[in-house]
Formats: sequence, structure tokens, C-alpha cells
Amino acid sequence: MLQNYVPILILFLLAAGFGLGMVLMSAMLGPRRPDSEKLSTYECGMTVDPGARRPFDVKYYLVAMVFLVFDVEVVFLYPWAVKFKALGLFGFVEMLVFLFILLVGYAYIWRKGVLEWE
Amino acid sequence: MLDFLIESILKVLVVFGVLLFVVAYTTWLERRVLGRIQVRHGPNRVGFQGLLQPLADGLKGFFKEDIVPANADKIVYVLAPVLSIVPALMIVAVIPFGDSFQLFGREITMRITDVNVALLYILGLAGLGEYGVMLGGWASNNRYGLLGSLRTAAQMISYELALGLTLISVIMVSGSLSLVEIVNTQTVWWNAFKQPLAFFLFLICGLAEINRTPFDMPEAEAELACGFNIEYSSMKFAMFFMAEYAHLISLAMIITCLFLGGWYLPFGIPTPGLLKFPVFLAKVFVLVFFFIWERGTFPRLRYDQIMRLGWKWLMPLALANIFVTGVVVTAVA
Repeated sequence: MLQNYVPILILFLLAAGFGLGMVLMSAMLGPRRPDSEKLSTYECGMTVDPGARRPFDVKYYLVAMVFLVFDVEVVFLYPWAVKFKALGLFGFVEMLVFLFILLVGYAYIWRKGVLEWE
Repeated sequence: MLDFLIESILKVLVVFGVLLFVVAYTTWLERRVLGRIQVRHGPNRVGFQGLLQPLADGLKGFFKEDIVPANADKIVYVLAPVLSIVPALMIVAVIPFGDSFQLFGREITMRITDVNVALLYILGLAGLGEYGVMLGGWASNNRYGLLGSLRTAAQMISYELALGLTLISVIMVSGSLSLVEIVNTQTVWWNAFKQPLAFFLFLICGLAEINRTPFDMPEAEAELACGFNIEYSSMKFAMFFMAEYAHLISLAMIITCLFLGGWYLPFGIPTPGLLKFPVFLAKVFVLVFFFIWERGTFPRLRYDQIMRLGWKWLMPLALANIFVTGVVVTAVA
């Protein structure tokens, strides 16, 4: 069974070699004439900004949190879905209970406005 | 064992080479078709009908100056394109292109490998691909780049959720996570007929996952001046592009296997052995053409519209589809 993963390992080595090789090749083949203007941050001709290490909207963080919760839920659904036909009505009702509890959370974040983007 | 190793290495080399070739020529096809849609010619000067254009672009990429911005986080900046392209090129490992054929008395299966968790493997690699985009935007230390990568991250995880839920109903019908087995359950009725809503939802989520128009938020050239790859030049820039097109082709192949019956003709029409691979290719080509066509047709959505569509429409619809599938399958059984 584990033998089936050997080709994936081979492909990984090939893809990683390809990726690193491209970066190396392009670094070696291209010309290299750096100057301070060229290496500065690109801002479409505006006065150059000190950089991007500044606070950003907490919204993105919230989305990541909510995603984590629901994605773990989806992960639980996979094994259930594979064996769904064997589990029959009992398994279906069990999963509906599980989904219902999570739907309460979904309704809560909806009402709280987590899903709103202005 | 040695036979197996040699066979695997040969298969990997062939598939890898073909994939890179197809990636290169999808860019040509896209530029030509988009050109036609916009009533112009597209690249037609380098070689016959512009057929050597991808080659010229690649060579040019290698010989351009490789700029690393002074403010950038150097190591992450250089590694981000690699992180982006490696998972993109690895998805192809579990996709079956056809049945099997005889060569020198050996039975050769038309896939690199078949693992029983193929779908989880694909989802995992798709998730890993996000790191390249996110780290690339972050390491550039550019405000446009950072905004682009933040938006991408939020968009991709949002649609990954709906995508995962959509897959559940397909797995419920097929009873397997292996793409080969899923294809083999579709000899008579394709999953697109059994699960039309799932097909539709998967198509939308898939487009959002590969950052395709109308969900091309990470680039949004009008607002973000190219987004996450703004500071990238030469081949490092081209690698993000190659990753994007590798994802596009992988998505077309995954949809073909999951919903369009892989190498089978619809309604139980028997597929002759020799036609199986061409049938598969034809379906993939139609999907790739569709992805180009819709890029020429739809305008980009606004960011709040994208998030609303993902969380408030696609996710409840995917859940409802699981429920309906469950009721129907249980009632039939």
C-alpha cells in the first residue's frame, strides 16, 4: 500500500529540483546592475513608503478563525461521507445533529456581522 | 521492485514534461482566444501563428535582471515562488488520465499513482499552494503586495470551505476518495447529472481557488497594481504564472474526473479502449477553453461581493446539497 506513495516522492523531488533550478538559473543568467532606485519598494511613482510592516484589518484574522472552526468540521465529514451508505439512516441522523450544532454557530457569526465586508 | 521503480520514474518524467508543455501552450491559447474575444489578433508573430511565443517568453524570463528589493525579506522572497510552483506541479500525481494499455507485455496504467486518499491529497496540496502567494506578498514588504496576499488568503480559505462541503456530497454518492474509483462509478450516469448543484458550486469554488476571473482578487491590477507579485521580476515572476496555469489545468482534470465521468462517454455508451484517453483530453480541453472564455466575459467582482458569495450563498447551498443527497440516498437504500 505504501508503495503507491513512492511515485509521489519521485514527483516531489523532480518538482522541487525544477523549482529551485529555475530560481538559480534566473539568478545566474540575468544581468545584475543594482542601484538604490531599482531596489526600492515599487509604488507607481508615489513617494516611497517605509514598508508594509504596519497593522492591517482585524477582519482577515476573524475570517481565518472562522475558517479553522468550519474546516475542522468538514474534515470530520470526509470519513463519514465515504462510509455513508454503510452507516444508513442512523449515521445520517447522527451527522445531522452534528451539523445542526455547527449551524447554530454559523447563524451566530452571521448575526454578529463577521461575514460583512464594507 | 526495480521494474516498478523504473516504470514510476518514466511515468513521472513523461507526465511532468507533458504538463509543462501544456502549461506553456495554455498561455498561448489563452492569449489567442482572449485576443479573438476582444477583436484583435493576439500573439501571432513568433513562429507560425505565434506558436513559439511561450518559448520566447520563457527564454526572455531567464535573461531578465533578477531584482531582490532592498526592503524584502530575502530568503522568504526567493523561496515563495518555489513554494508556489512545487505543490501546483504535484497535484497531477493522483489524477487518472485513462484506463490502462499494454506495452511490451506489461500493463501500464495511465496515471502516476492511485492512492485511496487522493482527494485529501489534492485538497492538502491546494492548501499548501496558498503559502507561496501569501509569503510572496508578505516578503516583498510592499503595501500593494501585502494587501494582495491578505485578500488572497481570506478568499482562498473562504472558498476552500465551500469547495470541501461540495465534495462531501460527491463522496457520499461515490463512496470513495480515490479518483479512479470515483470515475469508475460514473460509467452510466456522470456525477454532473447525479449532482448538478454540486457541479455548479464546484465550478465556482474552483475558479475562486485558482484565483481566476471573476475572482482574480490577488492580482486586481486596477486597484493593487498586480497584487502579491508586484515586486517579482524575471523567472520568479514567471513561476507564479506557471503555478497558476498548472492549477488551471489540474482543476480542469479534477472536474473531469469528479463530475464528467473521466474517460467514459455519457449514458452508458461503451467507450472503446483506444478512445478513452482522447475522450478525457477532449473534456479537459473544453473546460480549459471555458475558463478562458469566461475570463473574456465576466468583469471582476468587488471584494465584499466575493466574500458574501462564498460565505452567505455557496456555503449554505453546499450544506443543503449534502442534506438533500443524504435524504435521497437514504430513501433509495
